Amino acid sequence: METKMINLKINGIAVSVPEGSTILQAARQAGIKIPTLCYLKDINAIGACRVCVVEVKGARSLVAACVFPVSEGMEVTTNSPRVMSSRKTTLELLLSDHKKECLSCVRNKSCELQSLALEYGCDENKYKGATSNYAIDDTTPYLVRDNNKCILCRRCVAACKEYQSVAVIGANARGFDTHIACAFENPLSSVACVGCGQCITVCPTGALTEKSEIDNVLAALADPNKYVIVGTAPSVRVGLGEEFNSPIGTEVEGKMAAALRRMGFDNVFDVDFAADLTIMEEGTEFIHRVQNGGTLPMITSCSPAWIKFIEHNFPDQLAHLSTCKSPQQMFGAIIKTYYAEKIGKDPKDIYVVSVMPCTAKKFEKTRPDQNAAGENIPDIDAVLTTRELAKMIKRMGIMFNDLPSEKFDDPLGISTGAGVIFGVTGGVMEAALRTVAEKLTGKELPSVDFVEVRGTKGIKEAEYDVAGIKVKVAVASGLANARVLLDQIKEGKSPYHFIEIMSCPGGCVNGGGQPIRTADERNNVDIKATRAASIYKLDKEMPLRKSHDNPAIKAVYEEYLGEPGSHKAHHILHTSYIKRGL
Amino acid sequence: MYRSHVLVCGGTGCHSNNSANILKAFNEEIAKANLTADVQTVQTGCFGLCAVGPVVIVYPEGAFYSCVKVEDVPEIVSEHLVKGRLVERLLYKEKATGKTVKALSETNFYKKQTRVVLRNCGVINPENIDEYIAMDGYQALIKVLTKMQPQEVIDEVLASGLRGRGGAGFPTGRKWQFTKDAVGDVKYVACNADEGDPGAFMDRSVLEGDPHAVIEAMAIAAYAIGAQQGYVYVRAEYPIAVRRLQIAIDQAKEYGLLGKNILGTGFNFDLEIRLGAGAFVCGEETALMTSIEGNRGEPRVRPPFPAHKGLFGKPTVLNNVETYANIAQIILKGADWFKSMGTEKSRGTKVFALGGKIVNTGLVEIPMGTTLREVIEDIGGGVPNGKKFKAAQTGGPSGGCIPAEHFDIPIDYDNLISIGSMMGSGGMIVMDEDNCMVDIAKFFLTFTVDESCGKCTPCRIGNKRLLEYLDKITSGKATMQDLEDMEKLCYYIKDNSLCGLGQTAPNPVLSTLRYFRDEYIAHIRDKKCPAGVCKSLLQYKIIKDNCIGCGMCQRQCPANAISRTDYIAPGKKLAAMEIDPSKCVKCGACMSTCKFKAIIKE
Repeated sequence: METKMINLKINGIAVSVPEGSTILQAARQAGIKIPTLCYLKDINAIGACRVCVVEVKGARSLVAACVFPVSEGMEVTTNSPRVMSSRKTTLELLLSDHKKECLSCVRNKSCELQSLALEYGCDENKYKGATSNYAIDDTTPYLVRDNNKCILCRRCVAACKEYQSVAVIGANARGFDTHIACAFENPLSSVACVGCGQCITVCPTGALTEKSEIDNVLAALADPNKYVIVGTAPSVRVGLGEEFNSPIGTEVEGKMAAALRRMGFDNVFDVDFAADLTIMEEGTEFIHRVQNGGTLPMITSCSPAWIKFIEHNFPDQLAHLSTCKSPQQMFGAIIKTYYAEKIGKDPKDIYVVSVMPCTAKKFEKTRPDQNAAGENIPDIDAVLTTRELAKMIKRMGIMFNDLPSEKFDDPLGISTGAGVIFGVTGGVMEAALRTVAEKLTGKELPSVDFVEVRGTKGIKEAEYDVAGIKVKVAVASGLANARVLLDQIKEGKSPYHFIEIMSCPGGCVNGGGQPIRTADERNNVDIKATRAASIYKLDKEMPLRKSHDNPAIKAVYEEYLGEPGSHKAHHILHTSYIKRGL
Repeated sequence: MYRSHVLVCGGTGCHSNNSANILKAFNEEIAKANLTADVQTVQTGCFGLCAVGPVVIVYPEGAFYSCVKVEDVPEIVSEHLVKGRLVERLLYKEKATGKTVKALSETNFYKKQTRVVLRNCGVINPENIDEYIAMDGYQALIKVLTKMQPQEVIDEVLASGLRGRGGAGFPTGRKWQFTKDAVGDVKYVACNADEGDPGAFMDRSVLEGDPHAVIEAMAIAAYAIGAQQGYVYVRAEYPIAVRRLQIAIDQAKEYGLLGKNILGTGFNFDLEIRLGAGAFVCGEETALMTSIEGNRGEPRVRPPFPAHKGLFGKPTVLNNVETYANIAQIILKGADWFKSMGTEKSRGTKVFALGGKIVNTGLVEIPMGTTLREVIEDIGGGVPNGKKFKAAQTGGPSGGCIPAEHFDIPIDYDNLISIGSMMGSGGMIVMDEDNCMVDIAKFFLTFTVDESCGKCTPCRIGNKRLLEYLDKITSGKATMQDLEDMEKLCYYIKDNSLCGLGQTAPNPVLSTLRYFRDEYIAHIRDKKCPAGVCKSLLQYKIIKDNCIGCGMCQRQCPANAISRTDYIAPGKKLAAMEIDPSKCVKCGACMSTCKFKAIIKE
């Protein structure tokens, strides 16, 4: 059926848009940008902030462009004095109850409220009167909520509910006292929050930030008794450049390694190595389950927010989870055991920092049973988000864009294309299939590209013939999609053998620790696809693209672990889960 | 056959005044007098004249006893019911003339009313479906199900000119037509009984006094638009209404007037009650539906309108209680009958809840087009204590005030809007010369600020700032620039808010500014509250020459602000007192205790 086109005029410009379009969308087509604050494509069209108001001929009052549908012959004005003065007043009202510590705010210069206040020439002190005074919620190891900076756009509420189906935050109280919090004012640490950080990445102001570990890392670097090792997750290299004004998804692996070395880390390693290690263990576990009637489908366990999600929401399905630690935790565990021994260091003196596109990793490192080298020796000591790393680089005066391209250190900086695609939805599945297929058939794959599991779709499925076994796989990103697959399992209707789940929509490239993009960019650019493209380009250019071909991985097994899935490997690289419930 | 009927009001007002025990006492006394077979007692809904409750009416005489107490019951039984002699001292007296009136229908309060919506209130026992049926109840439903096509029902309602009684006055028939025409397999009818305007209680009275009228109308609406399920959203603060509505629904089900295959016609309709938690904003249609769906009661954007995408995303008709209460009679008596009442653009009657500075506090139902003067002076008995009428607020916190200069304007939707107010749900609060209009605006705005859901910026923060401007004015700290900024903010909030609550919240400020700007200016320029209400601008003073120095005021003062001077007024024995304005908390205790008119407030 052909879509009906609607003709209207915006600021006198004739446009023709599909029926059902909003004024906001139609204006874009006319080359007019209407400012928004609460609107977020696909998840939050609530017309609440009123910054996008426009004049529609014949309408009694102004209307919100983000939700108002176009109609034939409509005449819209987006920049009349009435409209512009209204927007200015709305911004001034928001500013009148906003903690204005902009100079030192973590979102200074990346704050959507600030940009608009500047654009509209606001008087930030126009309205005086009562201001909110909320206690800061910093009860979790990963997130800080300062409602005194919140403008109640509810994008965080929508992200939590729509992307993740977690829905642990919402509006409490009413009128001027309305604020976003957990039910009954419970602290975030006491509810089923999974720590994904999607709320942070959609927040237009500084109301939501990750809990910073920059000071801990700086202290460790300054401590002469600490041997400080850093490792970076796959997605960081396609996000970090954005903090230095590069286009979305620019790959900066070489500059990143150079920067880390200049910051004073004793070893600059790559968590991609640990991703390859994960495949060895997880692939072996999968084959074992298939051949020995183990619990199927088996589900990946790399994404810590996903782990917490299943522990809260499907506590009776934990047997489906792979027992493998995540690449981050394997990274720390192998450093503090194998590598410590190799370089003759007491693991107590080694301080491992992981740089992650993720906030849930800050929680993961605090989980029990994540201390392979012994009690009180955590596998990972500090987790920095991509954003925190950028901030540290700036603070240390490193001119990132002028840096040469450098390599990671050996041996834990060696990785394959299978490791790097861990950053994208479908990547873990593809990496596992590359190894599992060759292990089972004992033959080299004609092609390592499993394209069916690629792409940003929320749920993908495919069926492969692996050594005569039909393997049905599914891949989900975004926990709302994960819930669909888990409900199937719970009802006993899951047709799959192997499921990959990443908490954030599109996978880690779009993680809660990645650079924050404005709503306008989110609404008009497919950020996750753009970053993912860079990841796949890296994979393609790698000389080695299968985890089991990684020479450093082979060495670890030969020198230390024995076989994948060995007793020692289990002790160091595997973990257990907790029935949390709701 | 009973020879006498004793009707005891069981509306919320009289109920709170112990009417349940009065009914009990009647039953006991009647039994003692061996009259149980001859006299029937009936608990009815509200009679309307709440100011003189608890109300008891004895038929066949129609004797109207007011302010009845449990102790009065034996006398009414022994004198009236046994001996046939009216108890004169308990009969209602007109406040204006002091004349004793025997029957309710003879009172000035009732004479000018036309009771369509309230026709059964105070007449039947709302907990007995047979009494409703005896008053032509469910005849309209039978008529539509057996003799009318859905479109004919809508045409009749359209032709009647009935407009929504919940506030905005949207033509009811058009709303039904939109919903009937909307594409959808499942449709709903809903009733807004979340009456939230301060001082309005007509919907409560209908549910308490005539709940079947609403049930019948909703079934008719469901038939007209093609729905099988209805919801009544009632505030939980109306326990009697909720209980009686539930009883009525159960009885209707038992009689086959709700449920499957109603009256054998194949028409199915079920009705459920949903309780509101007391948020004013849930009276807004989209917020109400969001609340029924189990979410936080917040308005959502329109379009889509409920007729297309309402409850649970399905086409929905939502009308308020009073609107529904007209339907059965329009069907039975015809559109022309309904059109014969009211004005050209506002047909039928409207119920008002009279409150504030008025003699006859209560519910009145008048034909549209009745003047404000008739309502307030003739029906309401005017302003008490010889005070001067200043203004009446209609439309509650969303409406505006009507000053004396518009006393003769015929009340209808459009006239009220033209003078800066609105019909709203029908609250009418009367103010006299002792009311400060800035303070009144502050009162209503305080309410809306409290009740804002907090979703959109203009309402959440804008109205708060507006209230802060009013605070500044009433405490004498505002400048003329503030007044100008405040007025601009009012228009901004009206133009930018998401829902009706925000869009109308500044109306009380704008309408008082329109008619009483001089009062605002007096507060700002002269630092005076002309009505003597705004405490910060008041000063209590002792006129020393009138003061006998008794010291009573000093003993009453809670703030130790009063002390003795060394001045003895001529002819007095003790030294006069004085008030330290820096300590005075302006409670007025000194002034009310002084018997010598020595203390004034200015």
